Parts: sequence; structure tokens; C-alpha cells
Amino acid sequence: MLFELRDVWVTRGGRPVLEAFDAGLQAGATAIVGPSGSGKSTLLRLLNRLADPDRGSISYRGEPIADRNPLRLRREVSLVPQLPALLEGTVESNIRFAAGLAGRDPDPARCLRLAGLGAEFAGRDVARLSVGEQQRTMLARSLAQQPEVLLLDEPTSALDHDARDAIERTLGELRRELGISLVLVTHDPEQARRMSESVIRIEAGRAVDGAGR
Amino acid sequence: MTNSIHVELWQVAASLTLVAVAAAISRWQEADLERDIVVATIRSIIQLTLIGYAIKLIFDVDSIWLVLALLAVMVLFGALTARGRAKSVPDAFWPLLLTLAIAAAATLGLVVVLGIFEPTPRYLVPVGGMVIGNSMTASAVALNRLGDEVADSRARIEATLALGATAREAALPIVRRSLRSGMITLVDSTKTTGLIFFPGTMVGMLLAGASPTDAVRLQLILLYSLLGSVAIAGLLATNLAYRNFFTPAQQLREEPE
Repeated sequence: MLFELRDVWVTRGGRPVLEAFDAGLQAGATAIVGPSGSGKSTLLRLLNRLADPDRGSISYRGEPIADRNPLRLRREVSLVPQLPALLEGTVESNIRFAAGLAGRDPDPARCLRLAGLGAEFAGRDVARLSVGEQQRTMLARSLAQQPEVLLLDEPTSALDHDARDAIERTLGELRRELGISLVLVTHDPEQARRMSESVIRIEAGRAVDGAGR
Repeated sequence: MTNSIHVELWQVAASLTLVAVAAAISRWQEADLERDIVVATIRSIIQLTLIGYAIKLIFDVDSIWLVLALLAVMVLFGALTARGRAKSVPDAFWPLLLTLAIAAAATLGLVVVLGIFEPTPRYLVPVGGMVIGNSMTASAVALNRLGDEVADSRARIEATLALGATAREAALPIVRRSLRSGMITLVDSTKTTGLIFFPGTMVGMLLAGASPTDAVRLQLILLYSLLGSVAIAGLLATNLAYRNFFTPAQQLREEPE
């Protein structure tokens, strides 16, 4: 089991976001599906300890994640947020920064290729990229850390159909080429079906129908 | 050689006309500072009058302990005032208190050790007041900016943390910008000093009848001391306060409701 969540409760600003949430996520590709505000993004943030639950337990590969060093966990379980938020500078400087954190040798050309961008993007200023290019740069940056799991928060929500299809192809190739596990948050059940082997549905902070087990 | 000048109360009262101008501009331009201007004016009258008596007492008693007590009170009120300007920084008081105490101690310690001023109330009280006052302003500006920057950059900070960066690495760009904004006013005014404006000490000395040479030299010493203290204050305030935005697990805390 990649992740296991037991009786997880989260409140934000006094409002319950996840309530008595139970789920198991196997290695491979898992989609988390649900309407806006159902707690999908919060769930993703729990998996690499960008947030901690108020109650309940979460384990990663059988070990409680609360016992793991959060920095090392995040380099192994990399989260790509919904909206691109790159550091000022070039595409390459972002990739080098991420690789450096994980103690990896940066290979910008390879990361860009895996994320579906040409090597010519390396020297570009991130402020001059389109949203789709920024999203791919976010992905390239995460890949520079050679993570074992990618947590993807609505990776195609800001993109048109063509760009969405291209990102989906890229993610499929990543799985095949690198064997990375994916946890994908999406509000689109069709995308979940196309891209994952198991689906967890969330409604109002609770897992419904089988929770991917 | 100083021909001490005497200032009548009516002259002080007449200068309040300029305060009325400031309040009128604020009201006209809806800057929403009228209340602050009135409070600042009343506080300045009360505080300066009280400090005048306190300084007279301290000069008469001539005790270093009384000087230190007065500076400690200044540091305390400076931290409380700066906290009011840095409301978006969680628990800003303790970082500010530490900042002002260290900035004052380091700067005054250095000017005494270097032999620039004697460790007597006559020098330590006014110079300490200027150092603490300028450090307070710089810290308040820096932390105000820090709070705004964190609010504006939450997505970027979290995205950086998500890569396994430490809170320090994620906050470094905004800590730098905040430090810069705390220091820039004094750096700019030092650049233009004498050209566009005459600094307060020099004006005061000239009005009090000192020679221009002495006035200039003392002003330079004070400007350089203030530059040092403001840099120390900005550095400490930003580097202590950014931590309050993060949990020990290197998570960005939720925004206050």
C-alpha cells in the first residue's frame, strides 16, 4: 500500500474539510475525484505534509508520515500545485533549484523533455511563459528531484483541450518510462477514468464508494 | 560657544498649524490618517514633555543605570508601536523587542568602544533615542512588507515548500525584499542629505548656535550610526519574524481569519 489514511479529520478556519476519512492508495495511478470544495486538494496536501490532520493517521509505505522528515518526504512525494507558482528566474534555474534540494544532478534537457517541453525553454524567463508552459515547468521541476510519487492537483484545469490532452499524454509516458506513481486530483470523472487505475470519490469531506480499495 | 535659544510656548502652539494642514490633506485625499495624526500629535506633546523631565532628571543624577532603564523603556514602547504596524505578522512583539534591544545595544556599544562618544547620559540618551526610533521605523516597515509579501506569495511559498525546501529557503526572496524596504528610506535620505534636506540634528545644532563644522561632523556620525543600527534591526526583525509564519514541520500556517 502506498498511502493509507485512517479516520482522518481536518478543519480549516473552523470549517470541517475532511471528516472520518478512510482510504487506501495503491502504487500506480490513483485519481481523487469530487466536486469543488469537497476536500480533494486538502487530501493531497496531507500526503506530503504540507498540512497535518487534526486527528487520524496517515502512512506512506506502511510508515506513519508524521514520523518522517517532512523535507525528505516532500522530495520523494512531490506535489505539483493547481496553479503554477515558479520562482523568479529562468526555467533552468527553477529546475536546478529543485534538483539541488533533492541532492540530484540537474539535467534540465531531460526534465524538459519528460515534461513535454523543448530544450530551448531552459533559458526562458518564467514570467514570459504561458500558463500551460508554466505548468509543464512545474512538472519538470518536480521531475528534477526524481520523486517516487507525483501528487498532481488539477494539472489541466487551466488549460484548453489540446494542452490538456498533451499533458495527459506526458503523464502517461512518465508512468511508463519512469514507473512513478501518480495521485491525481481532478473534478473531471472522464479524466480520472482515462488516467488512473483506481478512483477515490470524495463528497463533503468523506470518501464514498469503496475508497479505491 | 553655544548661545542657547529659548522657545516660547506660543511658538510651539503656532507650529500646530502644520499639523492641521497634514490632517486636512489626509481628510481631503481620504488617506484615513486623521485619527493617527491627532493621536501622534497628542502623544508627541505628552511623551516629549515627559521625556524632557526624565532627561533632566537623568542628567542631574548622572547614573548609567538610569540611562539603561530609560533605553529599556524606549525599546519596549518601540516594540509595541512597531507591532501595531506589523499586524499581519503573527506574534511580532517578541522578534521586535529582541531586534530593538540588540540593535540599540550593538550600535551604542560600538560607538562607545570606538571612542566616538563617552558613555555618559549626555550622549547615550539622545543617541540611543535616535537609534531606537530609527530601528523601530525600519523594523515596522520591513515587517509590514513581510506580512504583505507572505500574503501575496502564499502559492509560491507553498510550491517551494512542496519541493522539500526549508521555510528559510522558501521565504528567502521575500525576507530579502522586506529587509531592503526597511533600509531603503534611510539609505536614500543619507544619499540626499545636505542636498535636499537638512537632517534634524544638524538643524538643531545650528539653531542652538553651534558651528556648522561641528554640526556637520556630528550629523555624519549620527547618520552612519543610524545606517548601522537600521541594517541590524532590519536583518534581525525579518529573520526572526518570518519563522512565525511557519510550523516546526516547515508548513505555512493558515492565514488568520
